Amino acid sequence: MQVLISIVSLGVFCLLAEVFNLRKLLVPITVIGLLAVLGISLNLWSIDSSLDTQFSSMIATNKFSSAFSTLFILLTIFLVAMSDDFYKDHPTKFSDFIAIKLFLLTGAVAMVSFTNLAMFFLGIEVLSISVYILAASERLNVKSNEAGMKYFLLGSFASGLVLFGICLVYGATGYFDMGEIYDLSQGVGLPVWYPIGVALIIIGMLFKIAAAPFHFWAPDVYEGSPTLTTATMSTLVKVAAIATLYKLVSGFSVTIGFKVENIIVVISILSMTVGNIMALRQKNVKRMLAFSGISHAGFMLMAFLNISTAANNLLYYTFAYALAGISAFAVIIMATKNKENENIENFNGLGKTSPLMAAILTASLLSMAGIPIFSGFFAKFMLFSDTVKVGYIVVVIAGVINSIISIGYYFKLVLAMYTKDSDSSEHNKPSGYYLYSIVAALSIILNIIIGVYPSLVTQLLK
Amino acid sequence: MDVTTLLILLLIGAVATLVSGDKLASKVALLFSLVAFGLSINLLLQFTQGVDVSFVSNWIESPKVALALKADGLSMAMVLLTTTLTPIIILSTFGNNFSSGKNIYALILLMAFAMVGTFLAADGLLYYIFWELALIPIYFIALIWGNGDTEERKKAVVKFFIYTLAGSLFMLVGFAYLYSKAGSFLLEDLYKLELSNGEQFWIFFAFFLAYAIKIPIIPFHTWQAKVYQKAPTVGTMLLSGIMLKMGLYSVIRWQLPIAPNAAKEYMPILIGLSIAGVIYGSIVALRQKDLKKLLAYSSLAHVGLIAAGCYTLTADGLNGAVYQMIAHGFVIVGLFFAAEVIFRRFETRKIKELGGIRSQASGFTSMFMILVLASVALPGTYNFIGEFTVLYSLSQVNLWYALIGGTTIILGAYYMLKMFQNVMLGETNTKVFKDVNVSEAIVFVAIIGFLLFFGLYPKPINDLVNPAIKEILAVINR
Repeated sequence: MQVLISIVSLGVFCLLAEVFNLRKLLVPITVIGLLAVLGISLNLWSIDSSLDTQFSSMIATNKFSSAFSTLFILLTIFLVAMSDDFYKDHPTKFSDFIAIKLFLLTGAVAMVSFTNLAMFFLGIEVLSISVYILAASERLNVKSNEAGMKYFLLGSFASGLVLFGICLVYGATGYFDMGEIYDLSQGVGLPVWYPIGVALIIIGMLFKIAAAPFHFWAPDVYEGSPTLTTATMSTLVKVAAIATLYKLVSGFSVTIGFKVENIIVVISILSMTVGNIMALRQKNVKRMLAFSGISHAGFMLMAFLNISTAANNLLYYTFAYALAGISAFAVIIMATKNKENENIENFNGLGKTSPLMAAILTASLLSMAGIPIFSGFFAKFMLFSDTVKVGYIVVVIAGVINSIISIGYYFKLVLAMYTKDSDSSEHNKPSGYYLYSIVAALSIILNIIIGVYPSLVTQLLK
Repeated sequence: MDVTTLLILLLIGAVATLVSGDKLASKVALLFSLVAFGLSINLLLQFTQGVDVSFVSNWIESPKVALALKADGLSMAMVLLTTTLTPIIILSTFGNNFSSGKNIYALILLMAFAMVGTFLAADGLLYYIFWELALIPIYFIALIWGNGDTEERKKAVVKFFIYTLAGSLFMLVGFAYLYSKAGSFLLEDLYKLELSNGEQFWIFFAFFLAYAIKIPIIPFHTWQAKVYQKAPTVGTMLLSGIMLKMGLYSVIRWQLPIAPNAAKEYMPILIGLSIAGVIYGSIVALRQKDLKKLLAYSSLAHVGLIAAGCYTLTADGLNGAVYQMIAHGFVIVGLFFAAEVIFRRFETRKIKELGGIRSQASGFTSMFMILVLASVALPGTYNFIGEFTVLYSLSQVNLWYALIGGTTIILGAYYMLKMFQNVMLGETNTKVFKDVNVSEAIVFVAIIGFLLFFGLYPKPINDLVNPAIKEILAVINR
């Protein structure tokens, strides 16, 4: 709760900063503020308040919520740091954008620490509305408007499903409280709309993480949104949604006529395959990463097959995926600056014109593809190994085949950077070059560190 | 001192090369590789005196992974092969002028690091990490500094990468399964596993995909010739001299002892496929017009024979395979270097456009001749000992294997000598061919010296390798 309050107050402060003409100092102040919040979050680490009833049992801090909040705060620090240069052309709205990012973080933190479905819905709405705004934030760009509109329409539909599901669960059990619902669902005799309600909530969340067959919004929205928003969506939002999904799945216990795992198997394999095969055909890098994100959602869903280790595996996977995503997007923003689109041709010759950037992008793509020593390798390996343990070899084989397919499109970008020559003659470093390199380098270094010492992350939940 | 020192040194070498700048890079890399060579000799001396140079330490708690590096005769032999060939390969590039040289030399040392790690690792996951890590440098070396048309090269190199990665990912699944059974990745724990025949079949098959692609064994060889042709010679040397030995080494170290029953059951198929590679490689080599491609196919034939030796599961077969790995590593590096020397002067690798070099460069001709003879296993060279031991072991299993496998020597002699005749002999070439310079001569002399010395006195290598193979055979026949 302290974390939540401090983030909100930081957000409000950002809005007020506009009044006091602090625009230039805003990003440093916010980053320092977020670092302080990170400290608070780490300080609360050992506290497990899931049992006491403060705040009317709305919210609880435990290791799971602290670990994911830490990741969210870390990602927000990177995203806010990049805003400094990214929103240069929108000086009047600058503080709004920063504040919205902080509110988005609030929603994300609420989503992983709720103990009451009302709080869960509040969290998901705060997060979603912030993303709708950010997606449409380039007011004069048709594509951005389209992205915002599409995301808003489909997203609110998904929110509607979630709300409907919550109502059905409430109708069946008479509670919003997760603990009470769990206890009730252990017994027998819950009416049939309980599983229907749970299914609706989970479908809503699958929409948020863009798992097939609920993924159709993702490519268009990712492509149309301003690149920094795409980065936010593909890292922070996806990670928050998958963590919430875990909280929900482990909190509801559903017994119906057949094994729920079979549905997960189908959705997981479908997401991986659809995402990867579609990504092979993309020319726009943002679109390609949207599809790659869909396939990563499939990988993350694989973790749910072995629910006893799922929290740990998800935490590690999300760390690896999000850190690689941040560094990849930092390079993409830098490389496609002042360009009309984000097509692969814009990356031609990056290996020569700015070798550092090319190396970082290569490293983050290798991490996403799951090549050792990057943490993406361990993330995938732990998933595979724990899924083999419970006997779902089919999913693992599908995962392996998909990892191979994914090399095809990740390397398309690598090949463009190293084997083609740049067609533009300007070799000046664009503005904000150092900022983006620092963010990208830091994030990929963190990625490699947790790749070399996976225990740093896997021990967090022990 | 233990084997980690060697790994750390190579890694530091890679970083130092990267920061030393384009001009100094080759010298810094050579220096580090020579120090690494000296260090590995020192380690070998300690090892032969009975000092344990292995290293074990915990790394990751969950999943339980250890930093386990095991030094036995087999891994020491392979490490020495790597550390000896690395300086030779680096020295062989001194006539080339690479653009952004610091990167390529750093990648070479990084690759040496990964390969030494692969040979030493005694923990499944650590081994897998090194195995994959070796792939990244060679990918970039072949992609960026390769020759020929960019589009074609890209296709060949990406195909290579995807093939090898695909194979190794199945091996990873195999390791995941083994881990769920044994609760650890340590080699000794995996050796102790009692797997049913069905399980052994799947594990064996998953590993086989990885190794058959890397070695390569027919029908997984399709990536090889193109990549050898398109990669820069230094990359081809690394690939053929050391990297494909990773696959053969892994067969002996990991595949056979973990799933021995499957190996026994499918022995005829495995040996059959390997020997098919021998015949296929030799026949295709006969018809090649490109010097590098011819050597690539000859390499395919030779490693086919080595793989056949491994799959005999006899002491002679495994020992012979290791000898031949070492011998082939040296001779193929020498042959590719000869092709590079010719290319530096004539800027072509088409056999038809060559010829008449002998009268202009007698020194080069005699060195090339010795290498050609070594590659066809002339007695007196180390290749003879390797090839003979393998053929002998094949004859113990079934005489027909040895007879068919033996064609590698006959066919090899035919296409290699024919190639030599077309490339070196004939009327004096109109173009001027300068004889080898000092650094080129050192490379040739080092390789030839090694092959001849151990060809006449193979005992040190035998003494090093035999006990380790004996131990592994004990596990296979448990």
